[in-house]
Amino acid sequence: MIIRTSVAALLMSGAASLLALPALAQGTIKIGVNQPLTGPVAASGQYVTNGARIAADQINAAGGILGSKIELVIEDNKSNPTEAAAAAEKLIVRDKVPVMLGAWSSTFTLAVMPKLMEYEVPMVVETSSSGKITESGNPWIFRIAPTTSMETKDFAKKIDKFAIKRANFLVVNNDFGIDAATKFSELVKSHGGTVGVVERMDPTAQDVSAQLAKIKASDADTLFITTSVEQLTLVLRQAQALRLTQRIITTGGSQAPDQLIEHAGPAAEGSYHLVFFTPWFPENAPNADVAVGLVNEWKKRGYQFAGLTEGFRGYDGILTIAAAIKEAGKAEPKAIQQAFWKVKVKGANGDIAFEKSGPAGKESGQNVPNVYVIQIKDGKVTLPAF
Amino acid sequence: MDQLSQHLTNALVLGGTYALLGIGLTLIFGIMRVVNFTHGELYTFGAYMTFFAVSVAGANFFLALALATLVGVLLGAAIEVVLLRPLRSSDIDTTMIVMIGAWIAMQNGEQLIWGGVAKSIPTPFPTAPLVVGPVSVDWLRIFVFTAAILLIIGAHSLIHHTRFGRAMRATFADRDTAALMGINIGLVHTATFALGSGLAAAAGALLGPVFVVTATMGNLIALKAFAIVILGGLGNFTGAAIGGFILAFVEELGAGYISSGYRDAMGFLLIILVLMFRPTGLFRRAERIS
Repeated sequence: MIIRTSVAALLMSGAASLLALPALAQGTIKIGVNQPLTGPVAASGQYVTNGARIAADQINAAGGILGSKIELVIEDNKSNPTEAAAAAEKLIVRDKVPVMLGAWSSTFTLAVMPKLMEYEVPMVVETSSSGKITESGNPWIFRIAPTTSMETKDFAKKIDKFAIKRANFLVVNNDFGIDAATKFSELVKSHGGTVGVVERMDPTAQDVSAQLAKIKASDADTLFITTSVEQLTLVLRQAQALRLTQRIITTGGSQAPDQLIEHAGPAAEGSYHLVFFTPWFPENAPNADVAVGLVNEWKKRGYQFAGLTEGFRGYDGILTIAAAIKEAGKAEPKAIQQAFWKVKVKGANGDIAFEKSGPAGKESGQNVPNVYVIQIKDGKVTLPAF
Repeated sequence: MDQLSQHLTNALVLGGTYALLGIGLTLIFGIMRVVNFTHGELYTFGAYMTFFAVSVAGANFFLALALATLVGVLLGAAIEVVLLRPLRSSDIDTTMIVMIGAWIAMQNGEQLIWGGVAKSIPTPFPTAPLVVGPVSVDWLRIFVFTAAILLIIGAHSLIHHTRFGRAMRATFADRDTAALMGINIGLVHTATFALGSGLAAAAGALLGPVFVVTATMGNLIALKAFAIVILGGLGNFTGAAIGGFILAFVEELGAGYISSGYRDAMGFLLIILVLMFRPTGLFRRAERIS
């Protein structure tokens, strides 16, 4: 944490990049990837990166773009906003990438955003859901992931089936979780329900029994949980130990239900999850051929199946970036930024296109993706009866 | 009232492992005066070894816990012999920097070997909790608490009621005099570090199945261990044990009745208060170590 890289490693990587530069200059198009590959949310970041790799390999196998191969320059943001901003700066200044994909968590993405303004480089946001990202007037942001508001809007169509009278919330204590608690509370209230307690947990916290004891004491029929899969595993297990009987609905799309089944076992039974990709039934996806292609390649590479609910984000992100570079006709930041407004991509989640969002004159791009509800039943992922 | 009894039960169970961690570190940091940044990594190592023994090698759960602790003791001994022994006459800053390096190397090594996806350790305990009135506790946590208490009692007896314990206390009270009395100083240093490390590995082995195992699981817990040691007074065995329980109660009740967003801050707030009014820790005067 204090000393990140040894002097030797620094010198070595410096030498390596000097040696590598002339070779790369000859004809690859670089795309920066800024993901958490270590730290508490490392699993998710690695899944996204694997999806990005599949997309890049498929594009290169089909001849690349503009006659060049694409090359992913992958940086680890260490699940830390400060590191995320530093990684972005390194990608832009040293690797000279014309476009980036990142940075998973809303908190990391928000930390990167001033760098995009400073260096005028566009970034496709593949996971972050906080409304602030596309509403703050940063014209270099193009988000393919749904905002929390979009998630709630989509869930609004189904919420009456749950007949929620009173809901509690347990959310991770960052932009992602707090935003979800606010938006889903509004949704519950607008559908005739009331809100009980809203509890927060640190992203690295392992013991949440205090929060759960408080939630248990607050009489409600439903508990909304928003966090990443590792922490969700712990929450479900500890909720079971406390005999919490409230119906659990998780939001945010970073739950990897298969990993929950494996790690939380019976504690995950009956829980509902809002996800943005359903790799269990890829043939039901709007672009079934793309979804099936991704799922098959993912399995062929031996990646964990559970990771596909995150992996598709990296896959769709790189497809979108490649389409924009092609549309721009050159690998330059400004041209790619303009091209994003025109792209229409057939992604694994569905059709990707950007709408304007945020203050006039400096709008960010926002895609309207699909949201699905699944339920864990008998140790399997199922589509709920309704 | 129901909520309060649940909070108190949670805190008691959590406190047992905090105490175990605190005791392990107070031996190394408080008595040996080594700012041991690898403590959290030994904790992580214990958890991964349990995972390896149970899930990969297919060993019995209880045997796996014992093996993980034993391997933790050996790793601790190795760290002492390889890294600390050559630096015994160096100042605290030098060893601190070496230990930071060891911490980073170990954490990244774990990440490299096990990958970023969390591991889950299966246990033989029933998933249905024990229910007593309004309170409900996981069987696994009851076992963890019991094991932690037994380990604490064991470590206490070892230090206070054996010849080795007396040699250890003598060595760190006055090294030269102890050496003149015929105590093998090198062995005592290695054994103390190994004992402290073994307790950390045991805590990791016990808590690994309760939580999930990741390479960074030791970071926050190491910070808490330092806090517990400072709270209880450097080198004070009883202080570290009680400090562990105090931290658990403050966190649990703070999260339950004040604000869960500040759960981890509560403990540190308490330490600031303790240091303001009792700069040597709560129980420093109870035991004289140097």
